[in-house]
Amino acid sequence: MKPASFDFICPDTLDEALSALAEAGGDGRIIAGGQSLVPMLNMRLARPGVLIDIMRLEALRRIETSGDGITVGAAVRQAELEASPNLLRDLPLLAAAFPWIGHVQTRARGTVCGSVAHADPSAELPLSLVTLGGAVSLRSRKQKRKVTADDFFIGMMATDLAEGEMIEAVHFPKARPGTGYAFREVGRRHGDFAIVACAAVADDKGLRLGIAGVDDRPRVFALPALDDDQFDDALNDIVWSLNAREDIHASARYRRELVRNLGRETLKEASRCRA
Amino acid sequence: MPRMNAAQRHGIEFTLNGRKVRAEAENRMLLSDLLRHEIGLTGTHVGCEHGVCGACTVQIDGKPARACLTLAQQVRGSDVRTVEALAPDPAELSPLQAAFRRHHGLQCGFCTPGILMSLDALLRERPDAGREDIREHLSGHLCRCTGYATIVKAALAAAEEQRKEETTNA
Ligand SMILES: Cc1cc2nc3c(=O)[nH]c(=O)nc-3n(C[C@H](O)[C@H](O)[C@H](O)COP(=O)(O)OP(=O)(O)OC[C@H]3O[C@@H](n4cnc5c(N)ncnc54)[C@H](O)[C@@H]3O)c2cc1C
Ligand code: FES
Ligand code: FES
Repeated sequence: MKPASFDFICPDTLDEALSALAEAGGDGRIIAGGQSLVPMLNMRLARPGVLIDIMRLEALRRIETSGDGITVGAAVRQAELEASPNLLRDLPLLAAAFPWIGHVQTRARGTVCGSVAHADPSAELPLSLVTLGGAVSLRSRKQKRKVTADDFFIGMMATDLAEGEMIEAVHFPKARPGTGYAFREVGRRHGDFAIVACAAVADDKGLRLGIAGVDDRPRVFALPALDDDQFDDALNDIVWSLNAREDIHASARYRRELVRNLGRETLKEASRCRA
Repeated sequence: MPRMNAAQRHGIEFTLNGRKVRAEAENRMLLSDLLRHEIGLTGTHVGCEHGVCGACTVQIDGKPARACLTLAQQVRGSDVRTVEALAPDPAELSPLQAAFRRHHGLQCGFCTPGILMSLDALLRERPDAGREDIREHLSGHLCRCTGYATIVKAALAAAEEQRKEETTNA
């Protein structure tokens, strides 16, 4: 349970970090909060030759609020965003999701962008980003690009991140007045990864339901505004369009059943909050 | 730009329990191993080495964190506190430690240093912490022999005592 050896680079600027990443090629890896990477190093599920520590880069430590969104830099820890003064007003969905993300002790170190990069199919932050229709800013030595969250997650712990590229920031659309948000999760114990997590947004155009823990990536579905007796049919269609996984924690059938129940509760709560 | 070669040991300076220290470590050394094997502070325990049990919890810049999920290199320049910092002197327990003793908050003591460091951080940051806050912090810790009821009791008693102390001093 000890990591294999690696070079460790502590760049002073973002440009240096990007150069180091480009030079290291497939052997290089960013280390942010280390809350997912260090367990993988300890178990030797990951054996990078070069680690690049981005946590000292001032340029990545920003939480910026603009007209319609919140931009969270790659060195912002989960606990920092959780404690930011306008979270409940600007990102009520995240305010509801944070208590479910690991523990106080892991949120104190883990970053928001690190969770997005790690792309665990059960993770709450990727789910929230996809459900809100957020985006990811990627940067390499040569280019910058921005992709929608929905395009960023492509499979089980697989993303659109190319070799030599890192996440510079993620963008969450800011809460709009007259919009309701809700988050629900079922896990074995407090702090465990979700078996199923649901996030919902209700506005004058209709409903959005995000689902994590079921398919190999967070999935989001748009629905028209529904009457109480229409939820079950709508959810049943969604459930069968998901490729539900079966693993040691739960059967695919149990996951589908959770989506039916949790999905309905989450959609109803978001609709109520809107009213 | 500092680049630390894998084959060598590198100096790491940081503040440990209020004192500046300098230690040497390979890049792959975990903070938990640096504390225990290089510096000799064995109060920080190691259970799972993947972040789940909480035995290795220390404070980094005032926040409770897993020493087993922190590379020693990552604490360069940081302020680290371990369980050894709690008691004011070897013959006297801190109020939190004393409450654990009084309320039977430990048996074998394996999980205790980590739990103390989480609760100490909580009570410093939020002197008004109640049962729910305490349970939330404890959810990041596994205790396999005492059971959590007396641990919660001890923490509530320590919080209460701390609040009384503050009103008397005010
Ligand atoms: C006990 C425990 C319980 C947990 N429970 C949960 C949970 O319930 N829900 C949940 O979502 N997570 C959970 N986690 C994981 C935690 O949220 C991590 O913080 C998060 O997944 C990774 O963030 P990090 O900053 O620690 O990234 P790291 O561990 O440093 O990195 C993770 C991966 O992302 C890459 N990476 C990091 N930052 C960037 C970047 N800017 N650009 C490109 N690549 C990058 C790294 O190279 C690595 O591959 C848990 C962890 C532990 C130890
Ligand atoms: S040893 Fe670090 S959490 Fe278990
Ligand atoms: S006191 Fe023995 S594990 Fe907690």
